[in-house]
Amino acid sequence: MRSSVRHRSLLERAAAAPHVVWAILFIVAPLLFVIYFAMTDAEGNITLKNLASLADYSNIFLLSVSFAFIATLICLLLGYPLAYFMSRASKPARRALLLLLMLPMWISLLIRTYSLMALLDNGGLLNTLLVSLGFERIKIIGTGGAVILGMIYDFLPYMVLPIFTVLTKLDPRYIEAAADLGCNGLQVLGRVILPLSLPGVISGITMVFVPSISTFYISQKLGGGAFELIGDTIERQFQHPSTYHTGAAISLVMMILIIISVAIMNRFSDNGGGFVV
Amino acid sequence: MKKESVLIRLRGISKSFDGETVLDNIDLDIHDKEFITLLGPSGCGKTTTLRIIGGFETPDSGEVFFEGKLINDLPPYRRQVNTVFQRYALFPHLNVFENIAFGLRIKKLCEEEIRTRVKEMLALVNLRGFEKRHVSTLSGGQQQRVAIARALVNNPKVLLLDEPLAALDLKLRKDMQNELKNIQQKTHITFIYVTHDQEEALTMSDTVVVMSEGRIQQIGSPVDIYNEPVNAFVADFIGESNILDGVMLEDYKTKFSGQVFSCLDYGFEKNEPVDIVIRPEDVDVVPVERGMLTGKVINVTFKGVHYEVIVEIDGFKWMIQTTDYVAPEATVGIYIEPDAIHVMKKSQYSGKIGDYSSYSEELEHLSDVNEIPPAEVRYEE
Amino acid sequence: MKVFSKIYMGLVFALLYAPILVLVIYSFNEAGELGSFSRVSLYWYRQLFRDAKAFESLKNSLFLAVTSSVLATVIGTFAALGLDRMRRRYIRNAIMSVTNIPMMNPDIVTGVSMMLFFVASASILGLASPLGRTSMIIAHTTFNIPYVILSVRPRFLQMDRNLTEAALDLGCTPSRAFFKVELPFITPGIISGLIMGFTLSLDDFVISHFVSSPDFQTLPLYIYNQTAHQVKFSMYALCTLIILSILILLLIINFAGTFGETNNNKILKLKRKESRS
Repeated sequence: MRSSVRHRSLLERAAAAPHVVWAILFIVAPLLFVIYFAMTDAEGNITLKNLASLADYSNIFLLSVSFAFIATLICLLLGYPLAYFMSRASKPARRALLLLLMLPMWISLLIRTYSLMALLDNGGLLNTLLVSLGFERIKIIGTGGAVILGMIYDFLPYMVLPIFTVLTKLDPRYIEAAADLGCNGLQVLGRVILPLSLPGVISGITMVFVPSISTFYISQKLGGGAFELIGDTIERQFQHPSTYHTGAAISLVMMILIIISVAIMNRFSDNGGGFVV
Repeated sequence: MKKESVLIRLRGISKSFDGETVLDNIDLDIHDKEFITLLGPSGCGKTTTLRIIGGFETPDSGEVFFEGKLINDLPPYRRQVNTVFQRYALFPHLNVFENIAFGLRIKKLCEEEIRTRVKEMLALVNLRGFEKRHVSTLSGGQQQRVAIARALVNNPKVLLLDEPLAALDLKLRKDMQNELKNIQQKTHITFIYVTHDQEEALTMSDTVVVMSEGRIQQIGSPVDIYNEPVNAFVADFIGESNILDGVMLEDYKTKFSGQVFSCLDYGFEKNEPVDIVIRPEDVDVVPVERGMLTGKVINVTFKGVHYEVIVEIDGFKWMIQTTDYVAPEATVGIYIEPDAIHVMKKSQYSGKIGDYSSYSEELEHLSDVNEIPPAEVRYEE
Repeated sequence: MKVFSKIYMGLVFALLYAPILVLVIYSFNEAGELGSFSRVSLYWYRQLFRDAKAFESLKNSLFLAVTSSVLATVIGTFAALGLDRMRRRYIRNAIMSVTNIPMMNPDIVTGVSMMLFFVASASILGLASPLGRTSMIIAHTTFNIPYVILSVRPRFLQMDRNLTEAALDLGCTPSRAFFKVELPFITPGIISGLIMGFTLSLDDFVISHFVSSPDFQTLPLYIYNQTAHQVKFSMYALCTLIILSILILLLIINFAGTFGETNNNKILKLKRKESRS
């Protein structure tokens, strides 16, 4: 239905103005500052030195990408079945399960990482349990595995939620139609449910990968300082004004990489219908 | 219905959206206490006409008069008209009582008067006792009644109804048609009704305005519109019609399907090409020897009261409605009384519609009609 | 299958909740070490309540959450209104793209970009200390606005345009129609935006880490600083209290939400029924 245009007051049309001003000041301008700092030296001269020096950090980039990739992959493998089972539960059970899933998302990741530490620490519950059962104490904190585990633990709900949402909205008639056309249970999953839930999977992957690749807290707490990720590097550069420029350059590159990969992912999900198992 | 005074006068109304003409120079008089229906396929401009009267759209050109006063720029909240919206547009945050009381509260009437008038309205639309109900718990028909009550409680001079029954099922729709007509007669308010359902229009209206492609095709009483359609579009849109190419030989004499027929029409040029309309129920199936035309029965469908028979004569497929059974594949004659033949001037719609060669896809006929580009021929009455 | 799915869900949720549970349990451990559990007591809670700094940061956190969520709700709601009334699609799309930047970007990039912005603009304007209460309010409001718009805008989109026209038809001026009909309709969106902003602000650590100063600490920052070098059991107590308040808040919202949602569902069902007939 066409809406009438005549009765729009100036005030209504100007309602977005405060937000626009705010966004220009506090979203766009700060990003321009990142670009500016990345492209200048301490004296304010334009230089590509900062960006060129990023080659020194390529190992850190690589490590971060691989940690985030592994964590995302495990989250997907662990989270998809969970989302699927949750979506097939009865309605009241689904409500309760959703609440159970949301609660950890509401608890600061700081607290959750901290709680994971309490469990995995050398003197923590897990090791105490192992020792009392007569096993060797194992060192978990300070290993790469602990960092990845931290990522999985912190971000798993963000993988499950979007997939769950898509799966619950899925019209059960599609499943019935597929069964009617001769698909067995596994084929229904592969040919109908999986392709149709792709948008949820894509947004889940984004929601896990982006914070994983940029985290610094998890690696600090669970990596015991042994693993420096991009997030740690950025955080360290911003401890002191003299390294702001390098920090800005790293942030800029990371941001661009993430924007590109998210854009690719979104394109993939737009054409999601063509996914055949 | 006596037509004492013109309440709303539209003159030369044109409107386009994004360069697409929706209304093309509409002239229309709406009389007081009249039940007038704007009828046409979707996209014909009927809803836009209604919205211009309601004040939700401003015409690009032309004038809208209400009781003789120009109201082009009067906003909807200052007009003495109220609207029943297509999907009712009941306020979801208010209960039935508050929905109906909405307009009265805006006018700041006293609580007591509001209560009496809402009660009256609930009685009028048969919803006594529904005051406290939440609108989302009502059925479609009940929501419909609330929407009508909410509009009528303001004592408008004119009630605008935009396809109000479109969302209801068939049975309920029939009941509501009667009820609406009753309400209109009880309240003596002018109703302007928009619909694409020709049966609805014929059943309820005093006056029917048939529209197509932003223009008015014909204005008249339901009987006039049905019996004397001005062109092939109206003939086809209102009821079922066989529309044939013909030639008017002279007054009271026409020729089609290779035969000369006498008819009641006159006033055409000599040998003027015309469209001939013959309603399916006006054609009699007779033995071949008594037939004016002869053809082969292609299809027979039982419709309850009658049979619908498709007969091919000279390559043209006729639809005939008859109460007598006719065998498929049989060769039959048909007989047409002079008063069953209606002669129309040629129009842009000639030859596009009226043959039943694809009779089962009647709807596709209509969409074809919409795709005809604006023609050079003007045929306002 | 049913059994398997139950076991699977049980295991994953156990994984999600075990560390939190351990943290909660150990907050009552008087011994103050992870290796042994001596006695259930409120010792660490008493320690926490003696900690004036903890209260100071709680106060800051609440102040910040209220201020930034209210500010963001006002700006965001007006923005949603303005976007709804906007006729030119490309302007609307441009505004939405900028609005989405803080949600797309990793928090660390948002954090450092704002830090650079505050530091640089303070040095341009000649201000002494750019970071602190004001920068925190601005930063939190900035990352809250998109979530407010995200929850208010759908309400505008869902609203039947005829509702506004019906109000005009029944005698409302455009501004009265807004307050009597549109505002009640979008209110659920406004409230959920407000709550979301409030909790996001309470939760935020990463962005705050960059734009705050030692004299304006929020709870997450306080926890981070307190646990930087050693395990502190009073922090376990603090985390437990936070988790408890989140649990209560979530339950309240969930039950309040059940009511609104069933109503919406009913309307939807009715609409569907009608459109089918």
